[in-house]
Amino acid sequence: MTSNVETAPAERQAAVEAAAYRIRQHALAMGEVQGQGYVGQALGAADILAAVYADQLAFRPEDPEWDGRDRFLLSTGHYAIGLYAALAEAGIVPVEELETYGSDDSRLPMSGMSTYTPGMEISGGSLGHGLPIAVGLALGLRARGNPARVVNFLSDGELDEGSTWEAAMGAAHHRLGRLTAVVDINALQADGPTAGVLRTEPVADKWAACGWRVQRVDGNDVAALLGAFDAIAAEASTYDGGRGAPAVILCDTKVGRGVPLLEEREKAHFMRIEEHEWAVCQDQLTAGYRGPAEAGPAETQTRAKTQTREKVAQ
Amino acid sequence: MTTTAAAPKAPKLKTSAMIASFADPGQRTSPAPFGHALAELAERDERIVGLTADLGKYTDMHIFAERHPDRFFQMGMAEQLLFGAAAGMAQAGLVPFASTYSVFAARRAYDFICLDIAEPELNVNIVGGLPGLTTGYGPSHQATEDVAIFRGMPNLTIVDPCDAVDIAQAVPQLAAAPGPTYLRLLRGKVPAVLDEYDYTFELGKAKVLRGGRDVVLVSSGLMTMRALQAAEALAAHHVDVSVVHTPTLKPFDEEAVLRELAGDRLAVTLENHTVVGGLFETVASALVRRGRGTRVVPIGLPDSFLEAGALPTLHDRYGISKDRIVERVLAELG
Repeated sequence: MTSNVETAPAERQAAVEAAAYRIRQHALAMGEVQGQGYVGQALGAADILAAVYADQLAFRPEDPEWDGRDRFLLSTGHYAIGLYAALAEAGIVPVEELETYGSDDSRLPMSGMSTYTPGMEISGGSLGHGLPIAVGLALGLRARGNPARVVNFLSDGELDEGSTWEAAMGAAHHRLGRLTAVVDINALQADGPTAGVLRTEPVADKWAACGWRVQRVDGNDVAALLGAFDAIAAEASTYDGGRGAPAVILCDTKVGRGVPLLEEREKAHFMRIEEHEWAVCQDQLTAGYRGPAEAGPAETQTRAKTQTREKVAQ
Repeated sequence: MTTTAAAPKAPKLKTSAMIASFADPGQRTSPAPFGHALAELAERDERIVGLTADLGKYTDMHIFAERHPDRFFQMGMAEQLLFGAAAGMAQAGLVPFASTYSVFAARRAYDFICLDIAEPELNVNIVGGLPGLTTGYGPSHQATEDVAIFRGMPNLTIVDPCDAVDIAQAVPQLAAAPGPTYLRLLRGKVPAVLDEYDYTFELGKAKVLRGGRDVVLVSSGLMTMRALQAAEALAAHHVDVSVVHTPTLKPFDEEAVLRELAGDRLAVTLENHTVVGGLFETVASALVRRGRGTRVVPIGLPDSFLEAGALPTLHDRYGISKDRIVERVLAELG
């Protein structure tokens, strides 16, 4: 098991919340470079990304290809801004490089691609691809005797895609107990609210009917996220050779979370933010994290990640 | 309309099974060459795995599954999952062969093959049954445009084998090639033809199977078998025919094919595929690029949805039977 399970819950939660704060700072900084972008999604998913990278995944920052690493597959290519921030937080991508986001010749393109970025396991963007690939990766790792976990991050919009459900059935059929899907339910798609684009509810029932273990949490509540991951780990520890039901965490999140200016703005898939608003966003983020008394100039520091968390073979 | 005395009618041929045989009566065949070749390769290479989308029995994958049950993965009738998962398995260090019908690979799963497999250049080997006109079930099963669809996909190697010999020799080379491949599978009792020639399959190479002074037939897939039969038949008409077999359609062996098309012999392409976007256009574009004005006669399937029926009937109707090829060549020669 990962060593973090033994860490006191309050400390774990604080560490993940701090990571989420830094991920949001990075995302806002990258958004400012572009002047617009998928900042709303990155802010909404920051707690999930922080829980995954600061608490859950085993990886080696200096060796992103390490065979024993847990695999994190980002289906939603446009969330790359969030993942780059998380990869910087994880020490896989240098923080200084984040300012190249979306620029010519950058390793950090607007839509995430595995061939561009260290630590990016797949090319997302064409939605509904992540879970099918995750199924094959989990099957392949198990066939090779590698106990690494596979985590697929997907969006509620991807539940429109038939391939997601092909893969959901396949994962349960093949008893991929080391596969976890994390669904970001921000209730927003390119053409508007999910409920009006294509009704996906009851989401939990659908996954359960496909044979998955389902938990639904507030995806912006770090304690709830960690609890969900812990429950999965506890159940998976009883699986023989990793064979058992795959798990899904349905995460209800808020677009723009952590920055009231954006939380209250009319929700848009591609959010426009005026030039003068970026500093306000950073200030509001810091005020929310630190409390109003400590609100000040936006910080750019990041935690130096020197430790590698490795998983003892299960 | 005049009525004549009832002449004895030949019995109408039947469509027969989903995968009807295109072998000629009495022709030497080999059973399930793909399945046996893959099973044997897996004995030597532990990275080999097999996947299918509910068509294991119909793509000869069942032979592999019986020999290596722990390395066979049934993905269900879910082609997007099949190829997405094959990509994931390749990322985990395995060498997957994933089989379905060509129509489903090309039409249903294109996005998954393109982005999950071809773009990252993963070693996934796509095995498509019923290429071209090898079933009488109609357009739902006839992959008459699969090469046209796949030729535009960067990084993808496309192989159109002639017979059991080609398939057996191709399988290890497909696995050894670092990037993705697409094999136009011939399954069941597959004719064995090429072992009668001084021939070995080499990925990426075209081979001259026989020389001839009057006509050059450039062919791939089962049409090479027909080309060889037509060449024999044309000899009786004192027409001397060369046959160039180009089982790798992409990357295309331009050097070998264009070398053979030099001179003033009648040039003919033969393909089990629509004349749009396949071998004919590959040869034509290579000629044009080099400023060569050679006229090329395309023998292939028409640019239309084909009818249902028995394969011999349909091959004759659409001009890819031996007799129709002979007729066409003689007509072109005047």
